[in-house]
Amino acid sequence: MKRGFLQSRLLTVLFWLAMSVLTLLPVWWMFLVSVRTRADLFGKPSFLLDVSAMTWDNYAAVLANPTFQKYMTNSLIVATSNAVLVSVLALLAAYAMSRFPLAGKDNLFFWVLTNRMAPPAVFLLPLFLMFTGIKLGDWSLFDTRIGLILLYCVFNLPFAFWLLQGIVDAIPRELDEAAYVDGASTFTVLTTVIFPLARPGLAVTGILTWVFAWNEYLFASTLTSVEARTITTGLAEFVTVTGTNWGQLAAVAMLTLAPAALVLALVQRHIVAGLTFGAVKG
Amino acid sequence: MRNTTTGWLLIAPTLFILFVTGMLPFLYVLAVGFFDWNTFAQNPDPQFSGVNNFRALVFDAAFLKSLWLTLKFTLFVLVSQLVIGFFLAKMLLRDMPLKGLFRTIHTLPLMIAPIAVGATWRLMTVPGLGPIPHWMQQWFDVNYILSRFPDQAFATVVVMDIWHWTPLVTLTLMAGLSNLPDEPLEQARIDGASEWRIFWDITLPFLKPVVLTTVFIRLMDALRTVDEVWMLTGGGPGAETRFIGLHIWRVVFPKTDYGYGSAMSLITLYLTIVMCWLLYVAMTGMKEKTR
Repeated sequence: MKRGFLQSRLLTVLFWLAMSVLTLLPVWWMFLVSVRTRADLFGKPSFLLDVSAMTWDNYAAVLANPTFQKYMTNSLIVATSNAVLVSVLALLAAYAMSRFPLAGKDNLFFWVLTNRMAPPAVFLLPLFLMFTGIKLGDWSLFDTRIGLILLYCVFNLPFAFWLLQGIVDAIPRELDEAAYVDGASTFTVLTTVIFPLARPGLAVTGILTWVFAWNEYLFASTLTSVEARTITTGLAEFVTVTGTNWGQLAAVAMLTLAPAALVLALVQRHIVAGLTFGAVKG
Repeated sequence: MRNTTTGWLLIAPTLFILFVTGMLPFLYVLAVGFFDWNTFAQNPDPQFSGVNNFRALVFDAAFLKSLWLTLKFTLFVLVSQLVIGFFLAKMLLRDMPLKGLFRTIHTLPLMIAPIAVGATWRLMTVPGLGPIPHWMQQWFDVNYILSRFPDQAFATVVVMDIWHWTPLVTLTLMAGLSNLPDEPLEQARIDGASEWRIFWDITLPFLKPVVLTTVFIRLMDALRTVDEVWMLTGGGPGAETRFIGLHIWRVVFPKTDYGYGSAMSLITLYLTIVMCWLLYVAMTGMKEKTR
């Protein structure tokens, strides 16, 4: 069957080249702003990179800034701890859900998932009062990394739970039955049978929950003030505090989106499942 | 051997954390919505006020405006993303070189932090620096200033959201389309059915579950959009892009009107649920008709 021009491969490729340019254009522009000197920023916008006039000063200034270093460290600690915590807890929960006859399982599963769906703005007030109100001496959860690590469970734990549920279900029951017959404890079965077999799934869970935690802004901006601020709140502050330092703003934004862009290739196939709660597999 | 207690012990930490971070806050909002409680007021202690907060909300112009803007925004982005996403899904299913690369590039916006998406678009639209004001001036002779013209601000927020989230719709619809059975399509073509009839009578009914899920997810996400809009317009000019999440935040934090803000949260939550339910009913009803 002969195809017309509209169906041709050439046109399809040209179309996707144009689409890719459209998608990348805003990010490319931001990169250009981040590597240009202040004098080069204004005037007729040019999308070409002038390598000879490129400067890394904005990145150097940002990375040398102690406040920014603190935000970056906080983000790394919070996202990593949360991803690890969530993956471990969700693996245990998924195992329990998959292998034990728990009463009201289906309702429980549904309730866990609903936690992810609620709009976060709705719960800012109670969380704020909880974080500032519950005190151990002078210490409260407000403005602590631990507070954020625990709080991010509210959206990451249901997701990890759902993802690992499918993975644990796919591990043949005979394997852990055999280990139990050999006298293994639940702990041994989890560490020697389930964990090794679930490792690829755990990796995807860990990576996606890490990105979700890294990207979070609303909770972090409301429930921290100085010590535990994350890079996303730092980015937002940059606009209000410095006003017109666009080069540095662009540099911070590039650093904020860099890790997410890096993991893109690793978990591309799972991103859609992650964002639609697995209802659609990409 | 294994017993139920071990099972409950394994799942207990998860349930406990979700109870504290998800359920308790909900119950708290539910209770505070019925109190008059503003820490800046003459009497800063909470006082039971029945449904007064809810009654006041019905006549609160700022709240209603914010709600209306959110709904308008949601409708605009949902429709555009479905249409564009469907077209792109069709295009991405075509046989072509570099398919994987194009798919990866198209997926990129999904992974970017919403706050960074806002920053990106801010740099695109800042007068004097961004290319968009420049192009608007040069090609359309339009004076493009986000912080001055509400329509421009709203349109830009919509375009930003389309850029950010259309890839999700593309990829879900692509997954749905690639699972379409071949036989009915072939048969219809042999029978000489028009492409439009094939789309309406075969593709769409088969695609319905995927479309439903996609709309569902996008609806919930669009209704709670805060970060990127805050970064791009700050809710302005005036309150012209102050969507409901941002509005609640303003009532609760700068104004510390806890009771009123909680009532607002409850209404928002309720409307979100109702809308998802209506959508579900509408979509299942549509299915009956086309069959």
